[in-house]
This record gives sequence, structure tokens and C-alpha cells, in this order.
Amino acid sequence: MTAVDLRPTAPTSGPPPSGRLPRLLPGTGGPGLDDHLRRWGPLDAPVGQDELERSGLRGRGGAGFPTAVKMAAVRAAAGRDRRRPVVVANATEGEPASAKDATLLTRNPHLVLDGIAATARSLGADRAVLCIADGSAGPAASAERALAERRGSDTVAVEVVRTPDRYLAGEESALVNWLTTRRAVPTLTPPRPADRGVDGRPTLVENVETLANLALLARFGAAWWRGLGTDEEPGSMLVTVTGGVERPGVYEVGLGFELAWLLSAAEAGPTAGVLVGGYFGTWLAPDQLAAAALSRASLARLGASPGCGVVAVVPSSGCPVAETARVAWWLAGESAGQCGPCVNGLPAIAGALVELVDGDPAGTAAARVRRWSEMVRGRGACKLPDGAVGLVLSALDTFGDHLEEHRRHGRCAANQGPPVLPLPLPRVGRFPAAA
Amino acid sequence: MTFRLRIDPIGCDGHGLCAEVLPELIGLDDWGYPVVRRSDVPPHLERAARTAATMCPKLALSVRAPASPVELTPSRRAPRKPRGRDRVQP
Repeated sequence: MTAVDLRPTAPTSGPPPSGRLPRLLPGTGGPGLDDHLRRWGPLDAPVGQDELERSGLRGRGGAGFPTAVKMAAVRAAAGRDRRRPVVVANATEGEPASAKDATLLTRNPHLVLDGIAATARSLGADRAVLCIADGSAGPAASAERALAERRGSDTVAVEVVRTPDRYLAGEESALVNWLTTRRAVPTLTPPRPADRGVDGRPTLVENVETLANLALLARFGAAWWRGLGTDEEPGSMLVTVTGGVERPGVYEVGLGFELAWLLSAAEAGPTAGVLVGGYFGTWLAPDQLAAAALSRASLARLGASPGCGVVAVVPSSGCPVAETARVAWWLAGESAGQCGPCVNGLPAIAGALVELVDGDPAGTAAARVRRWSEMVRGRGACKLPDGAVGLVLSALDTFGDHLEEHRRHGRCAANQGPPVLPLPLPRVGRFPAAA
Repeated sequence: MTFRLRIDPIGCDGHGLCAEVLPELIGLDDWGYPVVRRSDVPPHLERAARTAATMCPKLALSVRAPASPVELTPSRRAPRKPRGRDRVQP
């Protein structure tokens, strides 16, 4: 028999238990302002730099850069230039496999707007922009509804700006470039946006999940915020699980959560390989999954990183190398067309990868993929070439045995089903005709 | 003071003159675009490095002090607002 607790329930005023999930995606109540204030209470405090440093928060957009360092850089640049900074909230989510930013904006827009407001207050910013891709109509409508509810209550009014549906439009310098010149292509860094961003002003570009975390940090402090995750990597993380699973979707887990548990929660079947970190990410072979947890430290041991929180499962009926080739072609087509190594290298690499999938009749494709990958790495203005070759090399390294099967049979027995990794419809003339 | 080579990959059109002038430090990839083999410029190659930077039709090669905005060669970017100590003439 279980004991019945007759004590009164905890007052609703204090902070909620710090170890409870979900944090960012509310389990109950709607996305409206009343429900939001009932859940979390009002927020008037800025994000303190000391508190931010104590929190150990890292950016949730993919690169995992320490937020305190970025914020300090913007603060320093603003002081040096005597210019008011700009806060840019990045919800462009050009990663086709990711849905976390759209989900967050749809289900909890006020937490994101709180984070923008607290960050703008903390930096003394007088302009705040929320960037959402043209194709994300639902999340944009949710953000607009939330903004209408809080009209006048924020010191800095948030503008919603729509961005082109291109992978690179969300790259930090491309986003700044779009807001300044209406050209959504990356620029050469340095100068970084922190030093010279939107209209030449010091600019903080942060992913919306990072900003939602800042809203909680400003409310409840670093000690509370660190109540989830590990000591080295605190906080929660939104993870998009996609591909060969019965229950795809966005999951919120504490950092350090075991990948195997997540896969069983999403009801993944037998798998040929799992891509973690999105299309700049790394493949894990089935026998590596048991050792993997969703943290930088754990995944680094496998040469991977949580990236933007995508976990894409290729079922055992699929071929991870063929999937990689499709994604590599798509990434090549997403090049801004500015840098020679990317313009020339990525299509060449993707083409050689297609030869490998077709059994590599010439026997030279693997060597070409490796040679060209090393050749283009680090030579773009942005990280597109590095991300693409990282994905391609990871496929070669992880699925060497599987490629042997391709060589013997001209193709692999598995690659019969429909493609698994989500991609936008290919633009005409970009995708090679089927062999 | 060791100067470093930096290629602006957006500006570079792959003319390849830099690799002709400075083969010790710059090679070409399979498509004719420059690859910096070694970015720190040894003192005896400083003059050649400056020549290579000046000869680039796109001014996409620069020779600069590490982690500093100081440049030995003109940049193709619009000149920044002068901030005193920043700018050193070649």
C-alpha cells in the first residue's frame, strides 16, 4: 500500500522543481500568455553575465559555442564602439531533418520572446529580430500571435523577419547579411557579427532554443538551471528523432541522456546506422549505439557531436551510404556559390560517392572522395564544405564493410525502400538522373 | 613578428597568380584554386608574399599579423572607418 501525502501541495509561486522535464516544451496548458505566466511567473530581470558564466550554457544551434563568451564579446564591442547592439533570434532551422525550433516556437513562443527580452535588456540592445524561414508558416503565426498578446510590455519590440528557405540562410553571417543587405549568403569572418553585425552594429545571434534557456536562467538562476544534464554539460536539449522510428518527433531530454533510451522511446526498429547531429553530423554504426549518450563528451569519443540535436535512424532495410549520397548532393546544391572549393569540390565529392553506391566500377571512387574531402576542408568562408565532407567521410569510415557489399554486387541488397533522411524537393537540374 | 597568409575564398576567382609567385607556400587544387600549404610566412619569403598579394587581380590574398587587424596589403573589403592605430600602410 502506498502512503498518502496529506501535506498541502507546494505553493505555485516559487520556481518549479529544477530537475523536472519537460522544461522548454510545456506538458500542459496552451501557448498563450496567461498559461505561460501561470507556469513560469513574470520575468523582469536581465540575464546577468556572472549568472550566465556559472550556468555553462552552450548554444543550441549546432556549433555549441559557450553563450557567455559570445555575449561578453557583444558587450565588449558595444562598449568599444559606443553603439547599441542588436539581438537576432535564429529560428530559420534550415536543417531539413530538424523540427525543434518550429516545435518550440509553436508550443512555447513566450519563453523564446522572454529570452529575447531578457537578453536585449542585459545588453542594452534597442533592436531585436526574430528570424523565421519563409516556409515555416505555422511557427511564424504562433510567434506573431504571442507578440500581439504582449504588445507594449517588452522594452524592445521584437520584429519578425522571414528568411529564404535555403540551408545557408541561417548561417550566422548570412543571417546578418540578409538583415543588412537582403543577400542571404555568408560573408568572410572575421569580422564576426559580435563585432560588426546588422548594419555594422555589434550583434548577438542566438538560436531560439538557447534564448528560451536564457529566459529560465534569468528567472531562476544558474543553480536551478543546472538541475538537469551533467556537471560538465548542464541543461536540457531538444532532440528531433526522425527516420525509421514508430514515434518520430521532438523530444526534450537532459544532456547526457543515453541514446539507446531515446531510440527505444521513439520505438526504433533494427537499424543500419544512426546519423547524429544533423547533416553536418556523424554516422554511428549499430554496435556503437549502446555506448553513446547525448552529450559532447560522450559523442566526442565516437568522433561525433550532438550538433543541432538531430537523431536520424536508417532502418536495416535502408542503405546509409546511399542516404549520405543524396544528402551530399543536396548540400552541394545549397552552396551559396561564392567559394571555389565549395562550388567545385562538393559536386565532385557527391558524384564520386554516387559511383561508390553504384559499386565503384572504376575502383577509384573512394580514393577520390577522400582526396577531395581533405582538399576542400577548411577552405570555405562558411562551414558548409567542412560539414559536408565530415558527413561523407564519416559514412566511408563507418560503413566500410557495407561498401564492400556494394563493390561485390554493384549495389546493396538493403537499398530497396524509399529514402529515409528528409530533404526538401530537389530543385530542377540539381539532382543527377538515376543511373 | 610572423605574418600570415589569408585567402578570402569569396573574393578569390582562381586566377592562380599567387601560386606562381609564391609556390613555396601556395599550391593549386584540382580546379585551380589556391591552397595555402603553410600560412605563416618565413622572413625570407615576406617580400614574395607581399608581391603575390599585390598581384592578385581580386585582392583576395592578404598578408597580416596573426590575430590582429593589421594588414601589410590592401584588402578588397571596403575600408573600415579609421580607428587610429589599426591601419598600417604597406
